Order: sequence, then structure tokens, then C-alpha cells
Amino acid sequence: MIRMSNKNSKRNIAIVVLVIVVIAAVAGGYYFMTSSSSTSQTTSMEQISTQMSETSSMTTQQSMMSSETMSSATTMASATSSVAGWQPTASVSITGAGATFPQPLIQKWTVTYNQLYPQVQISYNGIGSGGGIQQITAKVVDFGCSDAPLSNAQFAAAPGLVLFPETLGGVAITYNLAIYGIPSSTVLHFTSSVIAQIYMGTILKWNDPQLVALNPGITMPDAHITVVHRSDGSGTTFAFTNFLSVTDPNWATQVGYSTSVTWPVDTAPNAIGVGGKGNPGVAGAVANTNGAIGYVDLIYALENNLGVGAVENAAGNFIAPTLQTILYAAQNATGTPNPKDLRLHIVNAAGPQSYPIATYTYTLEYQDMSKNPDITLPMAQALAHFFWWEIHDGQQYAPALYYVPLPANVVAADEQLLLTLNYQGTPLLP
Amino acid sequence: MQTQVEKTRARQRARRLDFLHTVLVVAAIGIPIIAILSLYALINGSLDSILAFGFGFLTSSQWIPNPPNGGPPILGALPSIYGSVVTTTIALLFAVPISLGIALFQSELAPGKLRLPSIFLVELLAAVPSVVYGLWGILFLVPFMSSYVDPGLMNSLGFLPIFSGETNGLGMFTAGVILAIMIIPYAAAVMREIITAVPRAQREACIALGGTQWETMRMAVIPYASTGIIAAIVLAMGRAIGETMAVTMVIGNVARITPSLFLPAETIPSVIANEFTEVAGNGIYLAALFELALILFAIALIMNLIGRLLITRLAFHGKVGSDV
Repeated sequence: MIRMSNKNSKRNIAIVVLVIVVIAAVAGGYYFMTSSSSTSQTTSMEQISTQMSETSSMTTQQSMMSSETMSSATTMASATSSVAGWQPTASVSITGAGATFPQPLIQKWTVTYNQLYPQVQISYNGIGSGGGIQQITAKVVDFGCSDAPLSNAQFAAAPGLVLFPETLGGVAITYNLAIYGIPSSTVLHFTSSVIAQIYMGTILKWNDPQLVALNPGITMPDAHITVVHRSDGSGTTFAFTNFLSVTDPNWATQVGYSTSVTWPVDTAPNAIGVGGKGNPGVAGAVANTNGAIGYVDLIYALENNLGVGAVENAAGNFIAPTLQTILYAAQNATGTPNPKDLRLHIVNAAGPQSYPIATYTYTLEYQDMSKNPDITLPMAQALAHFFWWEIHDGQQYAPALYYVPLPANVVAADEQLLLTLNYQGTPLLP
Repeated sequence: MQTQVEKTRARQRARRLDFLHTVLVVAAIGIPIIAILSLYALINGSLDSILAFGFGFLTSSQWIPNPPNGGPPILGALPSIYGSVVTTTIALLFAVPISLGIALFQSELAPGKLRLPSIFLVELLAAVPSVVYGLWGILFLVPFMSSYVDPGLMNSLGFLPIFSGETNGLGMFTAGVILAIMIIPYAAAVMREIITAVPRAQREACIALGGTQWETMRMAVIPYASTGIIAAIVLAMGRAIGETMAVTMVIGNVARITPSLFLPAETIPSVIANEFTEVAGNGIYLAALFELALILFAIALIMNLIGRLLITRLAFHGKVGSDV
């Protein structure tokens, strides 16, 4: 009996050790899989491609319509010829993470690119701009995306990191006044000062004299304004608050601009501020609340059939957001962008037709990609080529998904930057 | 020969039991280790915030992560703690009587044919994912509350501060109602099991003394099962206070302490879910979110301890039979 239990206890120890080894192996494997891009991404790519096939069939019609107006993207496609003959030298899989705003477009890009170059598999996780900055700084992902340009402090934390705009979008002011006899097709006029006062909780009712004066001929209701904003950090909030900071000195000193701010309306007396999670949360709150106002990415306002307001631009005209008016803003605002620092602010752009609330969204990458130990030379080559492809050929997919293709001057500046991408000093693009 | 076979079998059985024993020991040790490690991770993550804000974190109601002048963040947890406590209380006020009623119906009153379908339907509620409750909340419950329930309460009970003010359906009251719906199946299932386990003799004794069905339930069944019922409430409370997605979608997400239940507020999990993605390059902000998680951990722990204390106190007062 004693001998047996002795043997058993030995075996018990062996089992415990085995269990620990198995757990460690699983944990280690998981860590390895998440830190460096692994082979298991094939399945996630398949999921995305099935999702995308649904949306792409839906959107072909719209892209036909808008391809004419978005000629700037097609003219640029010819520039691709300088890297046209490129082929990947090895099978690579690449992981990116960051902003949710460009996620649908990036997924369209990664799937299309994979069809062109089956050896290159790219997956993208929309975890938020802040998460994207954090993960590229920690070199956990191979590239990052952010709606807000990096601050100098954030650049200092990630030496060698560069950014370039990949697409842009507009932020719409939406409202729900249908019950008061103002259908969603009626375009109300707003100035930045009125929007700022609404979000500060000093304009409380829709029939405030300032709103009445802006909208002659429309009977503004004696109804409380429910002010809806984002509760999570967001590039949409960045563009919206950036616009208010640039145009309204009160807003700049009291609130400022960031991906998430502290909204004065939430604590102002008699005002009702509401936070919605994500664009769907804000659009849903506006759609379900009589007398609500909110700000969302353009596509959410159009798809939820909400009222979309016209906003006074720098030239003093009231402009409603469309792909065309956002493109005007981009063309007029940027002038000649500096390829050494592509942080662009296009809110309150000049030009008679420019819509004033728009934002670029950026890709983040190390100039010398070998700084990220997870990136091999074939991966770096594929990344550089993919970036080149997305700012040229990739732009044609933007309008169907309600993004605005990059204007020619920004594409040219992006090209300058992409040509400096290198791997241990060797340029990656010819 | 026979004995040889028996011996081998006995040895095999002993070995199997031995193996099971080892696996169970490893699992039993593993769980407290995981709890300790997660507590360590929370404390480690929130250290910066604890040092920077100290005890004031619990009492300050300012939540300014990105001050306009570029200064350091000013963060206080009081609004989210308040929102968590209030929504959980509302949820329990609705859920406890309803789930007790459901449990009594299913175990004592329901005729055989109704019993299983009703159990199935209530448990179906537990299978619905949280985000679906949130969607249902924002698309149906919020408009319903803002057009019928909230105005009704305001008109009849508006003199109370908790039912005063404006309403748009997004707020603590709606969040409490949706939480109640979410925790009812859990509470009801546990309570039903407890009540079913009350010995027949307990009921028969009461009926023999001339008790009606209602008196039997009230005086013989519920007191006997009270320990388990409290445990069920504690379990439901734990689920309600940690619920994130559905609450985030209907509570309005505003850092504000207001007596009115109709106004937007926030809870600890909703703040973490909302703000976790955008904290890069802001160490104190991230640490403050970790500290919120630590507070949630502490609240859940304290509530569990109170539940256990109640159970042992009731047991000492002899309300619970010793023959369970």
C-alpha cells in the first residue's frame, strides 16, 4: 500500500507538471499568435470576404453614380505604373489595428488586395484610434490607423513613426423634428456659434431666437433640445470639436478638442445631454428622441433617414455635407501638404462650396519598418506596396462606402512619404 | 483467478479516482490563483491613479480626461459609482418580487402541463445576448418609456425628486428596467431550485395545521428557503452591477449625479467600455479606468460578503432546518 501511494504521488506530480506545461503551452501559443501575425488569419479573412461580398453587390450601383464626380481618383491611378510589375516574394500575413471610422473601407481594400495578390493577407481590427496608436507604439501590430493626427508627445513616444492620410470623411449635424412638422428633408441652417452654444447647454430650445433667425420661413418648435454626443472616444468627435475650437473662441478655452471631451451640456442646468456609444448609438438616440440633435459620420445620417443640417463655412455660405462638398473642403484646405508632416486640418476650409466639418484618417507606420521586430523584409515590401496601392487604385472604392477619395495634392504628398519607407535603410518602393 | 481480476479492477478504480482527485485539486487551487492574479493586475494597473487622486477619487464628481488647457486629467468616480448603485437597486426592486413570484408559481402552483413551458420561456430570457437586449432597449424600450411610462410617473408622482425633470427615455430608470429583465431568469431559476428542494414534510405539516396554500407558502416554504433566496438575490445583484453592453446602450452615458431617475447617467462598466479604447498616451486616465474596475471588484466582493453574512445569521437564528 505504501509503495503504491508513493508511486501514485509521483504520478500525481507528473500530472500536475503536465497540466502546467499544457497551460503554459496554450498561453504561450496564444501570446505568440496575437503578438506576431500568424497563419490562423486565413479564417478571419474568409469571414470578412463573405461580409464584404454582400456590401459590394449593394454598392456597385452607387459607385457608378459617383465615379463621375470623383474623377480625381481615377486620374491618379495611372501613377501606379511605377510599381505595377511588383509581385510578393513570399507568403506574408499582416495585421493592422486602429480607428473604426475607416474600417469598412480598409476591409474592402484588404479583401480586394488579397484577390490581386493572394500571397498577401492583411487583417484589420477596428479597436479605436487610441488603441491603434497604442498598439503601433508597442509594435504589437504591423500598422496602425488613427482618425486624429498624433500629438507631438505621441510622436515622441514612438520614434521613427510616420503617418499619411488614406481617406477622408465628413461629420453631419443631424436632428429629429419630424413630430414638430419639420421633416428630415428640411435642411436647417446652423452656424458654429449656435452649435457650440447648443453643446454648451446655453441654447436650450429649438425656438431660440438665434435658431429662428437662421431659419426664416420655418416654424421652429417650442421644444427642448436633447443634445446627443459620443460617449466613447472617436475621430468623429475629434473633427467635430476641432471645428468648434477653430471657429468659436469660447469653445476653444472651455472645452477644447480631442477624441473625447467633457461636454458642458451634460452638467448645464436645465439642459439634457446624452452620450451614445459609437455612430450607431448616436444615430439611434437621435432617431428615437423627438427634438434631438447629434453629430455622426455622414453615412449614418443618410442611412437612418435623419435630418441633415447645412453648416456655415468660412466663406459664409450654408453648405450641406455631400461627398462633393467634402472633397471641395479637402481641395481648398490643404494647399501644398508637407510630406515631412502630413498632419492636415481641413475643418472650416476656405472655398465657397466647402463643407466645414471634415477629417482625414491616417495610417501609422515606422519609416524604417525593421524597427518593428515582427516585420520581415517580404512583409515590409508587401506593406509598402499595399500603402501605394490604397492611395491610388484603392481610392476608387471610397465613394461607394461614403468616403471621399484623396485629392491629387494629398496623393502626391503621400507618394513622397511612401518613397521614404525603408527596411534597414534600403528603400522599399522603386 | 477471480481474486486476481477483482484486484486489478480495484486498482484501476483507485487509479481513476486518484487521477480525478488530482485534476480537482489543480482546478481548486487554480481558481483562487486566478482571482489573486486578477486582483494583482487591477491594483498594479491602477497604482498611478491611486497615488495621484488618493481617496478623493471616490468622492469627486468631476470627470475631465482631456482638459482644454492641456493640463493633467481631473478624474472622479462618484458619478459612475452612484449610477451603478442606483440602477442595480432599481433592477432588484423589480426583479426580486417578480422572480420570487415566478419561482413560487413554477414550483408550487403551476399545473403539470404549464410548468415546463413556463420554465422554458423564462430560461429563454437568459439565453438572449446582452447586446440584443441593448438593441431592443434602444429601439423599443426607450421610446416606450419616454412616451408612456415616464410621463405617467411624472404626472402622478412628479412631486418626488426622483420622478421629476425632463425625460427622453435614456436614463437610469430605463437601464434599471432592462437590467431587471436580464437578471429575472437567473434569480427565478435559483429560487425555483431552492423552493423545490424544501421537504414535503414542511408543507404537509402546515396544511395539517389548517394552513391554506398561501399560508403554506408564506409561513412554511419561504422561511425555510430564505437562505437560498438571499443567495439568489446576491447572485442576481452581481450580474446586474457588472452588466455592460445593454446598460451602455440605454443609460445615456453622462457623468452627472442627479436625483431624477429619468436623466442620463453612467455606470462603472459603461465608463470602462466607452473609454477604454481611446486612452493611449494618457497613463493616469488608463490607471483611473483600472481603478474603476478595482472599485467594481470591491463592490461585488462586499455585496457577496453581506449576502454570506445574512445567510449565516439566518442559519444561527434557527430559521433554516438542519436536515437539508
